[in-house]
This record gives sequence, structure tokens and C-alpha cells, in this order.
Amino acid sequence: MAKKNMQAAPAVAAEYVPVAGDFELLHSRDIQTDANFASQSYWKGVLIHFFKNKRAVVGLVIITVIMLLAIFGPIMNSYGYKDIVQFRNEKNKRVVAKGISPRIPWLHELLTGEKYDDSFSDLTFLFGTDDLGRDLWTRTWYGARVSLIIAFVTIIIDMIIGMSYGLISGYFGGLADNIMQRFVEIANSVPRLVIVSVLAIFMPKGMGLVIVALLLTEWIGMSKIARAEMLKIKEQEYVLASRTLGAGNGHIIFKEILPNTIGPIITQVMFSIPTAIFTEAFLSFVGVGIVLPQCSVGTLIEDGFNNITTLPYQILPPIIVLALLMLGFNFIGDGLREALAPKLEDM
Amino acid sequence: MLKYVLKRVGLALVTLLIIVFLLFWLVRVMPGNPFPSERMNDIQIANKRAEMGLDDPVLVQFWRYITRALQGDFGNGTSLYYGVPINTVMSTAIGNSFRIGGIAVLLGTAVGLLLGITAALHRGKFLDGFCTVFSIIGVCVPSYVFLIFLQYNFAFRIPFFPYFFDASRFAFSSVLPSLSLSLFTMSTIARFTRNEMVEVFDSDYVRLAASKGLHGRRLVLRHVLRNALIPIVTVLAPLVVDLLTGALVVEKIYGINGIGKLMVDAITGEGIDYNYVLALGILYSALYIGVMLLVDLLYGVLDPRIRVSAKGEEA
Amino acid sequence: MSESTKAILAVKNLDISFRTNAGVVHAIRGVTFDMEKGETVAIVGESGSGKSVSCKAIMGLLDSNAIVNSGEIWYTYTDENGQTQKVDLLKMPIKQLRQKINGQHIAMVFQDPMTSLDPTMPIGKQIMEGILLHKKTTKEAARARALELLQLVGITDAEKRFKNYPHQLSGGMRQRVVIAIALAADPDVLICDEPTTALDVTIQAKILELIKDIQQKMGLSVIYITHDLGVVAKVADYVDVMYAGKIIEVGNVNEIFYDPKHPYTWGLLSAMPDLETDDDRLYSIPGSPPNLLHEPPGDAFADRNPFALAIDKKAAPPFFRVSPTHIAATWLLHPDAPKIEMPKELQLRLERARKEVEKYL
Repeated sequence: MAKKNMQAAPAVAAEYVPVAGDFELLHSRDIQTDANFASQSYWKGVLIHFFKNKRAVVGLVIITVIMLLAIFGPIMNSYGYKDIVQFRNEKNKRVVAKGISPRIPWLHELLTGEKYDDSFSDLTFLFGTDDLGRDLWTRTWYGARVSLIIAFVTIIIDMIIGMSYGLISGYFGGLADNIMQRFVEIANSVPRLVIVSVLAIFMPKGMGLVIVALLLTEWIGMSKIARAEMLKIKEQEYVLASRTLGAGNGHIIFKEILPNTIGPIITQVMFSIPTAIFTEAFLSFVGVGIVLPQCSVGTLIEDGFNNITTLPYQILPPIIVLALLMLGFNFIGDGLREALAPKLEDM
Repeated sequence: MLKYVLKRVGLALVTLLIIVFLLFWLVRVMPGNPFPSERMNDIQIANKRAEMGLDDPVLVQFWRYITRALQGDFGNGTSLYYGVPINTVMSTAIGNSFRIGGIAVLLGTAVGLLLGITAALHRGKFLDGFCTVFSIIGVCVPSYVFLIFLQYNFAFRIPFFPYFFDASRFAFSSVLPSLSLSLFTMSTIARFTRNEMVEVFDSDYVRLAASKGLHGRRLVLRHVLRNALIPIVTVLAPLVVDLLTGALVVEKIYGINGIGKLMVDAITGEGIDYNYVLALGILYSALYIGVMLLVDLLYGVLDPRIRVSAKGEEA
Repeated sequence: MSESTKAILAVKNLDISFRTNAGVVHAIRGVTFDMEKGETVAIVGESGSGKSVSCKAIMGLLDSNAIVNSGEIWYTYTDENGQTQKVDLLKMPIKQLRQKINGQHIAMVFQDPMTSLDPTMPIGKQIMEGILLHKKTTKEAARARALELLQLVGITDAEKRFKNYPHQLSGGMRQRVVIAIALAADPDVLICDEPTTALDVTIQAKILELIKDIQQKMGLSVIYITHDLGVVAKVADYVDVMYAGKIIEVGNVNEIFYDPKHPYTWGLLSAMPDLETDDDRLYSIPGSPPNLLHEPPGDAFADRNPFALAIDKKAAPPFFRVSPTHIAATWLLHPDAPKIEMPKELQLRLERARKEVEKYL
């Protein structure tokens, strides 16, 4: 059966006329090339993948900018976060800069050709001042700083607690795992709000209460992830190998397995931080969080809400900062998740 | 199947009992003076304690409390709404919260599903992008911020809707809070539905169904939707609890006498009202565990993998 | 004979790229092959060589990020009115492809039976679906036919299994169901994408026999996609060896197994486990397939080829004809090329295998 009449060859190759030396062997018999896959380390690959993701980079930029402003914003002008801005006007009378909407005198002059026609003519308030006369630029970034510190501190502690709990529970398995998981189940069935309200009985309102409330709730998710990873990795050859070589439990958990759980845990951290900021904001808004004159994103939104009919501009900066923080961390978390477990389609 | 259900229900009840006991112990037994609002000397306090049975063993007190609570008697508040039984105050609050939350759940779920499905069917096109942006905003901005925005614009600057909640005009004054509460649910569900559907579209079994010759609406209805929607039940559950138990801040901002606001009042008032904290804590926990249980059972009904193995357990 | 007119399926110059985050991957670079009625063709190659993509293109199941740069897929069939039709499946609108071709003319068996059945639908219903879609029958008739198919694929208690969900069946059973689904509307062509890779070795043989059996009973043409030469030896009439998105050697099964010409085919054959190999080490082809994101100039196999010539780096080799049915794309077959024979060990192995086979004839 005369079958398979292949068209002679791809066109390009057919046109190629071999020259002398073309038909010499290139390699010795021994070749061991694997140029595609050998050269990249795992984390380098993750990083490359992460930075190729536009959203992840946007998230990273947003968070970096907000963090820089949270660090340096409050010292960019001379007003402190609880200072009431006062000065003497031309009649040498003390004036409090209450409820001034955002203003940049030189920009105003540039645009309208006139100076501000009031007694604060040369004062700059990028975000304005509140009803007591405190500078909102300083307060916004100071509040962002407080919120970020609360979020980072609690989530890092939660990460340590949750990871240890999950790793130990998953590693030992059996009865220990069973008991520990029952406990997690019960802890997970208590609504966050109930925890907060019971805490309010025992603790004074303030930053401490917010931190403890977050500590009590956020570790559960981390422990679940750590445990799942542990169960997955535990049975792999390299762990068995190191066990047969006589490695102790501590060594196996912390040296062999822990490094492999870091990826998913960091992703979880990126999703937990916005949750923490969210919770802090809402507790402070409700009145069991940060106490005056301290401020956080939550109290700033509350202040803004209280003055919304008279000073509507006041609520905008903290809301935008809050939304951007959420957005940034969520983008970074999504990006990390994709970079750690790339789908075939994205490769 | 029956055994499976009973096991689940039993487990949930035990969990609830443990939590309620812990709450009771923490709230009723631990703190010092249970009568902070009354001026009494030590002897009077001792007498009153004995009269109220506060010197009995914890378990006896707990039993007494539970049996009364099951009949709807949670006692009176220690500082809040003095003299009015807690269950009277609470049932009004539950009514308000549930009605507003219920509308938000229905609205959020319906629109969320619709958005998510539309986005998945138009993957990579404009509608998909729109849905993504919408759900990102909805997830990143707290519901109370939406409410503040809506309240400022549509109740203050354009005074069309009432500025505060008014129980006598329930339907009209629940528009703004329900709408703002529904946005988070809406965007979460839209995002989840879209991603689940896209994943199912890429699954081998949908490829197999396509290779049989199925296409278009038939393919989506028979093989994609059911598989994509089952897991949505799990995300929906915590959202429903959150909404039904009243988003605290939304109730506070809009002046709604719901359970959220009640809880805020109980813990931020002059003195903390232990009885309200306890009663509301029990309510919240019971709701939370109840809805989780419901989801568990619903999942069993919807997903044959669980349904059948549960049957196997029985056999 | 030129242009095969009897070909039931003819793929010509298929060229497909994928848009990915990393860039455009040129996955299929001019694939041409055809098959006649009743034949079994095996497409062999490492993972990533483009075997599956070629077949997905036939089924119209390409992922949404695929771009078909060029090519034709001609399919000849007899339509419901008894007319012979010849259509280009690539040009056909997807809706029409599903209505007219998929299932009732060309069907597919997927690689992983664990994931290819709908977990929320009883298997009987999944089989009936294809019948009801293409045949004008009643539900009862479709049900009877589905039961018949279940028995045909070797499920004994078909009546009882009919209402089972996929997770209640073992992997082998599920693959039988997948085959039953593929056969539901009496197709002429069956594409099997690594149908046994995910199964135990003992079940593998049974499934292969089953497909072979059914092929004879129903007069099917079968395309096997596989990386397992053992499978090829058992089932195929013709073999197409694929590498990096191109077919590099084509021949009937004897030619490929006893007289391979392409160094890549040599490598594949050497990598096959063999009971009598003295080597304590299993041979594997050095390196891994090229990343088609950066298409290599010349012969894509050159870097891994111990017999690569200088010209391999400059130009892709054309096909050289070895016999009327056997062609290979390697410069080693050029008249000017040095005479290079396949490695000694492989020669011995193939010799042994041939004797082994002759014993049974």
C-alpha cells in the first residue's frame, strides 16, 4: 500500500543548499544539556513570574508608596498628629485653623491668579484640617501607620502561632491531630464579633483589644494551610530519607518541611493583612478600637462620618487609603498565589 | 443519609453547647460585681447573690440559665434598656436585622450570580473586565463606606431617601442599607462564580461533553453550571451570617435598631451590659453554627460524591 | 501513488501557536499526516511535543489562547443522506462542528478517566446524552443502547452500574465508561489521547485490547496519542514520531521498530525498558525538549542529538524517503552525510526483539 506521501519538506529547508563542512558531527557522543529547566532556581522563577504579573506589580507599588508615606508623611510638615493648628493673624489674635478644606496656596494662585482671601493665606493643608483644627495630611498618614503596624504585628504573630500549630498537628497526626483539630473546629465556630464583645469585658478599649481580637481569630486560617502542606509533604521521599538517617522531629519539621510551606503561608499573610486592617477599621469605627487622640484609618473614617454634612472632604483621604491598602494587598496575594502555582496557560 | 444528618446535627449541637458554656462562664462567672448599676453594701450584695443563685455551682447556674433561655427568657439587661426583658428588645432587633440582611442576601446573591455567569460566558471580553473591576471595588471598599456615600448623596444632598432608618417606612428606608450591604456579597459571589465557571469550562469533563457534540446553552446548563455552583454554597454561608446578624457599622450609621447596633451599645455604653453580651453571643454563635450546618447538609444533597458516600455509611 | 484519495482524515501543514504570559509559543510547526479507513495510527513523542494539541485541533477543543496560523484538516465522511462529504474541520464553525462531526463521526477518549467524567451526573445518563443528541431515538431506546455499550466495554453488571456516579467506579471502569461515551453515536474515527497512561499496568493491557476489539467490530479508524512505544507496538499500523511540534519520522510499525532512521527515534527506542538489557541503567535521551517560546533555528533536536551535524544548526532537515511508506527528517539521510548507523546496543536489542517476535509467528 503506497501510503504516506509526505510533501517533500518544509519550504525553507528545501531551499537551503548545503555547503562544505555542513555534514560534520557537532558533538562528541556525550552530551548532557538541559538548558531549559536546569538554570532557574524555584524562587527565582516565582519572582520572575510575580513581576510579569501587571496587577501584582501595581499592588506592590501601591503598598510601597503608602508605606513610605506612612513612615515619612507625618514629618513632611510641621504639624503633629494631635496638634491643633493655631497661629496669630494680622491683628495678633490667636486663630485656630478649624475645618479648612484642602488648599495649596501657590497652586491656587497659579490657577486663579489670586491669593486666598482669608487669614490663612500662606498655609498649605493638602488634605485640609478637621473640625478641631488638626492637619489631616499628618493624621491620615499617622493613622495609616497605626493601622499597618497593628496589621503587621498581629499577622506575623498569628503566622508563627498558626504555622506551629498546623505543622505540629499535621506532623504528629493520630490522636494529637484529632484533638487539635477538634479545638480548631470549635474556635472556628465562634463568630469574631462574639470574641470581641467578650474581650471588651476583660480589656480596656484600645489598640490592645484590637490586637488580641485579631490574634485570637486569624491564626486559624494559617494553621489550616500549614497542616495541609505538612500532610502533603510529610510522606515525600526526602522526608522519609532524612528520617531514616536519624533526624529528629524538630529537625524534620523546621528544617525540612517548614521551608516548603513558606510560599502558601506568605500568600495567606497577604490576604490576612487586609482582613486585619478591615477589622481594625471597623472596631475603631464602632468605638472599641483605637482611642482618641490616637488615630487609625478606622477612627479617621468615623471622624469624617461625624462631620460629613459640614466637612465632606474630611472622609475622603482615609477611605481612599483604606481601599488602596485592600487593593494592594489583594493584588499582591493574587500575584503570589499565581506565581507559586502557575497554571499551564500562564506559563 | 439519616445517620449522616444526625451525626452532623449532633456535632453542631455539641459545639454550640461548648461555646455557650464558655461564654456563660466568661461573662457571668468571671467578672466581679454583677450589679454595677445598683448601689448596695456588701451584705446587700451577698443577700442578692444568694437570692439569685449566684453562689450555686457553675454548672447549676448554667443549667438554670440554659433552661430559661430555651424558653426565651434571657433575663433583663444590667444597664441597657433597664427593666425591659432582653428577649423583647432582641426580637425587635432580630426582625429589623433579618429583614434588611435578607434583602441584601437575596439581592447580592442574585446579581452576583448573574454577573459572575455573564463574565464567565464572555471570558476575556469587556463584560468580564467590567465584572472584575466591579468585584474588586466591592471587596476593597467596606459596606459602611458605600452607605456613607449613598447617605450623603441620596439622603442629604438630594434628600430622596430618609437620612436615618424609620421603622414605620420600612421598605423605603431599607433601600440604602440593604443596597450597601449587598455589594460585598455581590462582588464576592460574582468573582467566585466567574472563577469556578472558568475552571469548570477548562475541565476534562466539559471537554468530553463537548467532544460528544454538546455545545452552547445545553453544555452550560447540563455540565458547567451545576458543577460550578455547588462550591458557591460554601462562600455564601459566612456572608449570609454576616448579613443576617446585621453589619454593625451599617446599623450604627443608619440608626437601625438591629442586633448589630444592640451589640455595639452593649459593649460601648457606660458600663458593659453582661447579659446582653451573653444573650447576643449565644444568638450569634447559634446562627453561625446553624448556617454552617445547613451548608454542610445542603452540600450533601447537591454533591453526589458526598450524598452517595453518606448513604454508604448508613448501609 | 500521489495524493492519497482514500484518506478519511488528512491533516496538512497544521501550524498553531499559543499566546501565554511569557510570549507566543509556537507549539505546532507544520504537521502533516493522514489516515485511511480502518487504520490505526500512533502519534508518538515526549510530553510537550504537540501530539495532544494536534488532536485537540481535530476535535475543535483548542484552548482559547490558541492561534491557528495555517493548515487544513480534511475529513471525509458519509452524511445522513448517504452523500460523501469532504470538509475542512478547521474552517468549520464550532457550532456546526459539534452538531455534525463531534461524537457522531469523530470521538475522543481522554487521558485521565479520573477527571474526564462529570462528577455530578450518573454515568448512564452521560452515555445516553451522546445518543439522544445525534440519533433520533426515544429515551428508552437510548437507555437500551447505553446498557448495550456498557456491556460492550466490559462492564458486567451494567444495569446496576447505570445509576452510579463516576466516583463509585475504579479508574479502569471509568476509562471503559469514557470509551462507551465515545462510542455512543457510532463514530468512524476514535482519537485516544494517552488512554492508558493514568491506569495500572494490568488494566492498561485490557483497555488496549478492548479498543482493538471494538475497532475490529465497528470498523473504526483509531488515532493513538502516546509516549509509550510499548503501546504503539501492540496496536498501531503506522507510526508518526513527533518532536517539538513537527513530525520527524513516519513509517509502518515494522519500519519504525526495526529500521528507524531518525536519531530521536533511536533515542526513544533505546529508552524503552527491555528485560534482557545488560545495562543496569535505563537509557534516557539527554536534556529536555526545546522551549518553543524561543524556536531554535535548524533542527530542534540538534542540541540533544549525539549525531548532530553542523548543518542541523543552520537549516531544518527536509524529509528523505527511505521506502514507499517510510520517511524521516534528518540530515543523516542526505547523500553527503557521513554514514552513521544506529547505536550498537540498540541494533542488538532490535535484533533480539525481531527474533522474539518471529518465534511466535
